[in-house]
Amino acid sequence: MENLAQIAMQDVNFGAIMPSLVLVCFGMALLLVTVFSPRGKTTHVAYLSILALVVTGIVSLATWTPAGSLVGNWQEGFGGSVRLDNFATFFNIVFLIAAGLTILMSDDYLKREEYPIGEYYPLILFTTAGAMWMASGTDLMTIFLGLEVLSISLYVLAGFFRRQERSNEAGLKYFLLGAFSTGFLLYGIALIYGVTGTTKVALIGEILANNPSLLTNTMTLAGMGLMSIGFLFKIAAAPFHMWTPDVYQGAPTPITAFMSAGPKAAAFAAFLRVFVIGLAGLQDQWTSLLWILAVLTMIVGNVVAIYQTNLKRMLAYSSIAHAGYALVGMVAANAIGLSGILFYMLAYTFMNLGAFAILVLAGKKGEDNLTLDGFAGFGFKRPFLGVAMSIFLLSLMGIPPTAGFTAKFYIFAGAVEAGYIWLAIIGVLNSAVSLYYYLRVMVYMYFRDPAEDYGWVKMHAGAVLSIVVAIIGVFYLGIIPGAVMEFAKLAIF
Amino acid sequence: MYSYDYLWLIPFFPLLGAIINGFLGKKIKSEKVIGGLGTLAIAGSFAVSCFYFFQLLNDPQKVHQQVIGSWMSVGRLQVDWGFLLDPLSALMILIVSGVGSLIHLYSIGYMHGEEGFYRFFSYLNLFCFSMLMLVLGNNALVMFIGWEGVGLCSYLLIGYYFHKKSAGDAAKKAFVVNRVGDFGFLLGLFLLFWTLGSDHGVWTLNFVEIAANAHLLGAGSAVVTIVTLCFFIGATGKSAQIPLYTWLPDAMEGPTPVSALIHAATMVTAGVYMIGRMNVLFFMAPSTMMVVAIVGAATALFAATIGLAQNDIKRVLAYSTVSQLGYMFLAMGVGAFTAGIFHLMTHAFFKACLFLGSGSVIHAMHHGLHHAHSHDDPQDMRNMGGLRKKMPITYITFLVSAIAIAGIPGFSAFFSKDEILWFAFASPQGSPWLWAVGACAAGLTAFYMFRLVHMTFHGAQRTAAKARDHIHESPLVITIPLMVLGLLAVVGGYVGIPHVIGNALGHIPNYLDNFLHPVFGATQAQAHGAASTEVSLMVVSVALAVIGILLASWMYLWQPELPGKFVANFKGAYRTIHNKWYVDEIYDAMFINPTKRLGTFLWKGFDVQVIDGIVNGTGKVINAFSKGLRFTQSGFVHNYAMTMVVGMVVIVAFFLFR
Repeated sequence: MENLAQIAMQDVNFGAIMPSLVLVCFGMALLLVTVFSPRGKTTHVAYLSILALVVTGIVSLATWTPAGSLVGNWQEGFGGSVRLDNFATFFNIVFLIAAGLTILMSDDYLKREEYPIGEYYPLILFTTAGAMWMASGTDLMTIFLGLEVLSISLYVLAGFFRRQERSNEAGLKYFLLGAFSTGFLLYGIALIYGVTGTTKVALIGEILANNPSLLTNTMTLAGMGLMSIGFLFKIAAAPFHMWTPDVYQGAPTPITAFMSAGPKAAAFAAFLRVFVIGLAGLQDQWTSLLWILAVLTMIVGNVVAIYQTNLKRMLAYSSIAHAGYALVGMVAANAIGLSGILFYMLAYTFMNLGAFAILVLAGKKGEDNLTLDGFAGFGFKRPFLGVAMSIFLLSLMGIPPTAGFTAKFYIFAGAVEAGYIWLAIIGVLNSAVSLYYYLRVMVYMYFRDPAEDYGWVKMHAGAVLSIVVAIIGVFYLGIIPGAVMEFAKLAIF
Repeated sequence: MYSYDYLWLIPFFPLLGAIINGFLGKKIKSEKVIGGLGTLAIAGSFAVSCFYFFQLLNDPQKVHQQVIGSWMSVGRLQVDWGFLLDPLSALMILIVSGVGSLIHLYSIGYMHGEEGFYRFFSYLNLFCFSMLMLVLGNNALVMFIGWEGVGLCSYLLIGYYFHKKSAGDAAKKAFVVNRVGDFGFLLGLFLLFWTLGSDHGVWTLNFVEIAANAHLLGAGSAVVTIVTLCFFIGATGKSAQIPLYTWLPDAMEGPTPVSALIHAATMVTAGVYMIGRMNVLFFMAPSTMMVVAIVGAATALFAATIGLAQNDIKRVLAYSTVSQLGYMFLAMGVGAFTAGIFHLMTHAFFKACLFLGSGSVIHAMHHGLHHAHSHDDPQDMRNMGGLRKKMPITYITFLVSAIAIAGIPGFSAFFSKDEILWFAFASPQGSPWLWAVGACAAGLTAFYMFRLVHMTFHGAQRTAAKARDHIHESPLVITIPLMVLGLLAVVGGYVGIPHVIGNALGHIPNYLDNFLHPVFGATQAQAHGAASTEVSLMVVSVALAVIGILLASWMYLWQPELPGKFVANFKGAYRTIHNKWYVDEIYDAMFINPTKRLGTFLWKGFDVQVIDGIVNGTGKVINAFSKGLRFTQSGFVHNYAMTMVVGMVVIVAFFLFR
């Protein structure tokens, strides 16, 4: 480890962490801003954090290597433990979009729930920075570091409504189980380090390739198993999904929205880099595991969602199911499947955050009305929100011409091309099951008589903007997916 | 070099108009703003189209593509959002946006005070967008978007008065019949894509590439014949040819501007355009060409006979449209692609004018009858008569267009129709029989058009006396489009003067022929025959037209009691024609009722018992499963942690012992 630290100190390259550096600096500055702001005034913090995200986005794009360019724009540094390549940049953009939509829908929400606390925004920026380290980390230690930065901020955010029992419960549960899963991850990393003597992902791959005997070593296999648990927990794959409904329901709604998109994508990024590059030699092993887990995850998510009447909880299960679809792409592990995952994460960010933004607007203080009954007649009382919700639900179902359809199409096309035809069939059947609970929301919105008191939806510019952006994203990826898919193809290793 | 970077603006303007009117129209409320916006949108397209049209005239290079971006790339299927501007599409965008602009303007007056005014303009703009995509697309998939889009808009606009059952039924009929054709079109597309790709390694849907590689399929091969036949089935649906024409007359339930734009000037000609676009493939399939020519000629004659005995002013025009479309297909079938497109153009002018004229009449009749509290049908020609003095501008433009469609020399359709007839006679694929059928149909056309003119504008006023005084000429916003179209109906033909006349008058070139040469040059059939033959055939067809006009005048103007006698003497024949040869009834008996019976059987016998059983059963199983799984979610952290530990053990064991 000493050696590692020395190398890292010699090889400082701030270019390789520039986006996260910008975010963290902004975050720190904003913490100071909130200290000197009057109580209850947070709107300016929200705007400044949007500015932070925009600046970071511009900085991120600088490292993008376009198609056909001879010189790569990627940045490497810190002894090769960070590498800002197209893969990382694509994910960075996904995180930034997720964070941006979240912040847009938050301001009025925090005021409504009477927690107008400025620290909220810097925490989101720190989470995003952690997610970026996970995506650009090429060393297991960097990835771990990123995971912790991401998680600790999220624990706080999940329990942000400190006088609300449900929120406290969410924060605590997430913290306990998260710490538990991190233990597995760390133990797995230790075992892999014990076998190969390194924590560099690419080097692990090389060592395993050069020493085939290590591939059947108990320690390698156990290490792989334990590491996968850390990632599977974060993407909420069955059987490590059980925290999801409770945490998603209890956390502040914008944070739930963010959790379902940003951190999940970050976990996928790290999962992909470690397994596809580091453990490439064991691909047969992990694909057979992921095959089973993908099926299990899809089934658990979709089947249990059927019984939910609380919409946040329903969307939590739906997000489990979507993790299952994305895992299908990882099982396929070919160009179209892997780039499909990247595409899926972007598409999912738009459609899920859009749906949550509507919940944010539709909720009353305390959010006890976010149930199916609470949405009865919603579509006629609030035509714009009703139509927007329908669009997001249709996209979550995977109906063309929406992003959800093209995303699923690429994932399943990848599975079919790799020969996993049954997996694709199971995936499509699961989508059919999911129609039930998504459509049910639309049935309540349009075919049930409204409840008495409907005077409550207060349109808020930020949330409306995030809905509009999400709609544009959903249709753009649904109708003209070609360009983004080309980017995704350039982004995989 | 010329640049074609802003082609996308052409479909973009109407799309923007459709979005704004569709979403904000209800709030805008002001008819002037909504109508003005819709009209401006399409007029903008027209301006851009004109610009590119004249640029293309001067440009030595005649084929230009503009790719905006990748639409989808899945394996070997690469599809772009791309546009193709060549003489054919340049002419089409000019017609679509030009006639479209006039009809939008007209609609401001015609739809005044209608409920859902914004909806109408939004749909109309959306239609223009789809139609422009259809003609501008550089690959078959973009074309297909337009193809389906115009179908959708047609459905929406036919059913515009959706509270009227007949309108709803007509909309559904149009949609379903079109789907039958679309299915053929899609099959053809798949077969073409697959054959070119798997057998010859050219995976493409791009028109330019298809044309360049079509020879790989082999001229006259079975594949080409099947592909083109499938395309032709698609064309019969969209362009209302036998056997799929029955939806078009019913489509007259829509507002009259819709009939003029969609069901006369533009959408229904999409099939003709598609064959033109695929001319290389059709050229390689002589058997398909023969089918196209025969179906076209048969439709031309058949629809013309039905037109003889209709009393609804718009229905006569609808059958006339079917018949004229038959001419265009006849032209395509005998390899006279230029002539087909030429007739498409002139038809757009005179038929749009006729429809808009009829709309003006209906508008006035409606107004008059409304004042008199009469429940007479404002579209029934038996209630009209003598409107000439009341509506001079409508009358003159209508008369001019009627003369044009009858094929009287000097007017537009004379040039296009006679070119078609000449090719039907003298092209290698032609035959005297095709010519004879076409010429007969021309005679019938003249007859029913002048029957219409006489019953509407001449003779005694048959309108209820009280209503008469309230009938007056339409406002300028309606009559200006009429005058422009009427003028075009006269002079529109002079861009394509047949060589035999051009030569006689001193080397006037056939401009249209030359303009379209880059597209059709290699495939266009050459007519073989002496100039004297051509001239004498021309004389015969003009004579037939004159006889038709005189006969109509004799029966409906000079001896108005004659038609009654005629009907009494030939009851059977009249009834058959009046009831449209009972084709709808035959289709009902042959296709619709058996399908319904099959549907009922599948519903009650199969669906309710077998499928619902399975579905409900699955639902129950999943529900039970869901209920069970839900209980694992206890809410206790230690239970969750336990599940994770079990999961961990299983996973590690899986890796170690597998």
